[in-house]
Amino acid sequence: MNSLFPSIVSRSQSSGLMNFFVPIISIVLTLITGSIIFVLLGFDPVYALYTFFISPISSTYGISELFVKATPLALIAIGLSYCFKNNIYNIGAEGQLTMGAIFGGGIGILFHDTNAFWLLPLMIFGGAIGGALWGLIPAILKTKFNTNEILTSLMLVYVALYILDYLVVGPWKDPFGYSFPKSRPFSESGRMPLLFDGLRVHFGLIITLFLIFVSWFIFSKTIFGFQLKVSGYSPKAARYAGFNQTTLVFFAFAICGAFAGIAGLAEVSGPIGLLYRDISPNYGFTAIIVAFLGRLHPIGIIFASLVIALTYLGAEDAQLFLQIPSAVGFIFQGLVLFYLLGAELLINYKLTYKKLL
Amino acid sequence: MSDTILNIENITKSFPRVIANKKVTFDIKKNAVHAILGENGAGKSTLVKILYGLLEPDEGNIKLNNKDFKVNSPAEARKQGIGMVFQHFSLFDSLSVKENLILGIDEKMSYSDLENKLENISSRYNLPLDLDAPITALSAGEKQRVEIVRILLQDPKILIMDEPTSVLTPQEVESLFVTLNALVKEGRTILYITHKLEEVISICDTVTIMRSGEIIDTSSTSNQTAKTLATKMLGQKLDDLKTNYEHIKDEVNFEVKNISCDFNDPFLTDLKNISFQVRVGEIYGIAGVAGNGQSELMDILTGENINIKSGSITFDNKKIEKYGPQKRRDLSISFVPENRLGHSAVPELSLSDNILLSQFPKNNFIKNGIILKNNVDDFANNVINEFKVITPGNDAKASSLSGGNLQKYVIGREISSKPKILIISHPTWGIDAGAEHSIRESLIELSQNGTSIIVISQDLDELIEITHKISVIYDGNLSKPFKTSEVGIEKLGLLMGGKNE
Repeated sequence: MNSLFPSIVSRSQSSGLMNFFVPIISIVLTLITGSIIFVLLGFDPVYALYTFFISPISSTYGISELFVKATPLALIAIGLSYCFKNNIYNIGAEGQLTMGAIFGGGIGILFHDTNAFWLLPLMIFGGAIGGALWGLIPAILKTKFNTNEILTSLMLVYVALYILDYLVVGPWKDPFGYSFPKSRPFSESGRMPLLFDGLRVHFGLIITLFLIFVSWFIFSKTIFGFQLKVSGYSPKAARYAGFNQTTLVFFAFAICGAFAGIAGLAEVSGPIGLLYRDISPNYGFTAIIVAFLGRLHPIGIIFASLVIALTYLGAEDAQLFLQIPSAVGFIFQGLVLFYLLGAELLINYKLTYKKLL
Repeated sequence: MSDTILNIENITKSFPRVIANKKVTFDIKKNAVHAILGENGAGKSTLVKILYGLLEPDEGNIKLNNKDFKVNSPAEARKQGIGMVFQHFSLFDSLSVKENLILGIDEKMSYSDLENKLENISSRYNLPLDLDAPITALSAGEKQRVEIVRILLQDPKILIMDEPTSVLTPQEVESLFVTLNALVKEGRTILYITHKLEEVISICDTVTIMRSGEIIDTSSTSNQTAKTLATKMLGQKLDDLKTNYEHIKDEVNFEVKNISCDFNDPFLTDLKNISFQVRVGEIYGIAGVAGNGQSELMDILTGENINIKSGSITFDNKKIEKYGPQKRRDLSISFVPENRLGHSAVPELSLSDNILLSQFPKNNFIKNGIILKNNVDDFANNVINEFKVITPGNDAKASSLSGGNLQKYVIGREISSKPKILIISHPTWGIDAGAEHSIRESLIELSQNGTSIIVISQDLDELIEITHKISVIYDGNLSKPFKTSEVGIEKLGLLMGGKNE
């Protein structure tokens, strides 16, 4: 006879198979919990799940929207993986995104009546610089004063949001905008080109895929990627090897900030076209879930960004057709992260049923 | 039978990759010192952890005084009369001796009761203690005394001692033996876990020899010699290692001069005016009881710590005390710190990847920042073949290797780049005798080919076996060097205990 409850036994080697299955397990558990929540709210769970997860992507426009949402998520998540691989917990991607939007968008506002091929590249560059500079603040605080980057990067998010707020109600307010808190629109050449007529999916997707490929190359083929990994696994071994950990912290934050900054700029110069208060529905925070759901692996992050993007679309449809508050999307995101962290146990441990004598 | 206190029958315990105990069966007589002898990894610790309630056996029975004995926790084991002194002390460093003792007792007791009891124990068993001293101020021998007293306060019938002499000076060992004899005279039984042959012969009455989880033999020690025990313990005969002095050149290529280092940290030992010289082809040993500044010195020799207060390190006529690890490697200085997992190797990475932790200018592992995977793999395969590392391949994770195999791999990695000097800490710590022998052999061979070697080790036998010159570190001070073939173990023992005539 076996005992009723399994006991947790550590594996001699962490399981590669589980490494692959853990995200899938957590998604399945999320769907089960989600349907229970729908039942408790009095909905037919099959219909509710269909409305949430299938109907949003049953049209070409829906699929394009999926990519519009997945683009910033994937780009920020791949940037975050530079930090997370190095065991640096940069929680402030939302602030770095905002700063990228301010720097890049500021260039767009400055040249609002210029039409030239160099404008968009300049804005993208500005976005990267803005995000990177904002990311370097916690890096400096961490390496010089040994502060906790979780706190500093998180607090800087709110600083960045208030700076944006100040700009769009103050100096950068659109003089022809009837006092709405928004900037002038960018000129046509300051906008991300659309990939298909009539769909909102834009050139940011191409930039994202390119940067994901570059990151894959850096992580798997270069000594820099190796150094990030080693100092994440074991700072002592990195010190033994003679890797400069201060430099690694700076690079990780700068790259992550730059990627988040580009994502922010791609949002304002893509679907939005100007600066205003709410440029991001928490992409910077949600990307943390994407990064871990994708197991910090470039391919994994692509898939994870699509799954999480779907929760954004599903939440909108659920609000329209089921009259459920769109916050239910955040519930799904939270559930995914919750189950993901729980299921990670299975990578290094297994459940066994002990024999009762 | 009435003179048997503990019957161990068919105990089996397996872990994911190994069977640690295979049908272990033997009896322990009352009122005696019973040794369990075996190499690291023979299954001794697993067995005593089962006795002490820390592990649950898969199969088998234990009888204490002819009654079934089954415990699920150390507290239960203590209640039944079994106490244990661990190899690694479990004391609160910042608390006093008295506070540690009170915390370790299962029942409530006032300080005055404790003091009365202690006085009794201290005088009866030769265990003097300063009750108000903080643990940090104590030597390893004194800490062990605290541990023993803590157990004796609960009046155990059986006392398990796990490798009790591994951190003691030879003189402290003698005083421990006096205590153990007094305990046995009072009718207590001692289960003595060790891999040191001489100790078994000098203090134990009966010996049980374990090898790869199985009992090889249980017999009286009276008709055994160190040789007969060794053969049974190892199952094979190892050749004696020989060092000779002929190949050593007069030229000094590594010199440490007056290094001092203050840490302002009660858990680190300040280094005081350390100086030594190593000649080309010489093996220089630094002996000492753990915690006397070895790891602090190692960090300074490797360049992981370059914040020294004063002094200099010269290698090949270059001042290198401000160089970090990589710059030192560029000069062909190689090092292996004590800890394998997470220091000299990353357990989560493959063997191939672990090669990249230590790169020398000749290696050609990287071009324009891109890893030349083929070169790294070739190098890894070479190390695996040449140093007989047992592994499925170069893509196996470092964590999947046994301690001995990983250490052979790490040392092989360093030796393969033919360094001019190798600085190594505790080269054979926690590994099996076979790997230990092969590592010592490769170090001797390396020195004969002209590499200077600095070995920091707690294992005095090891240093005497392989070094040419030996110094002792005590409380951050390094003694003058002695020629290994001439210095006696007694002299070294006194220095390790801080006694300098």
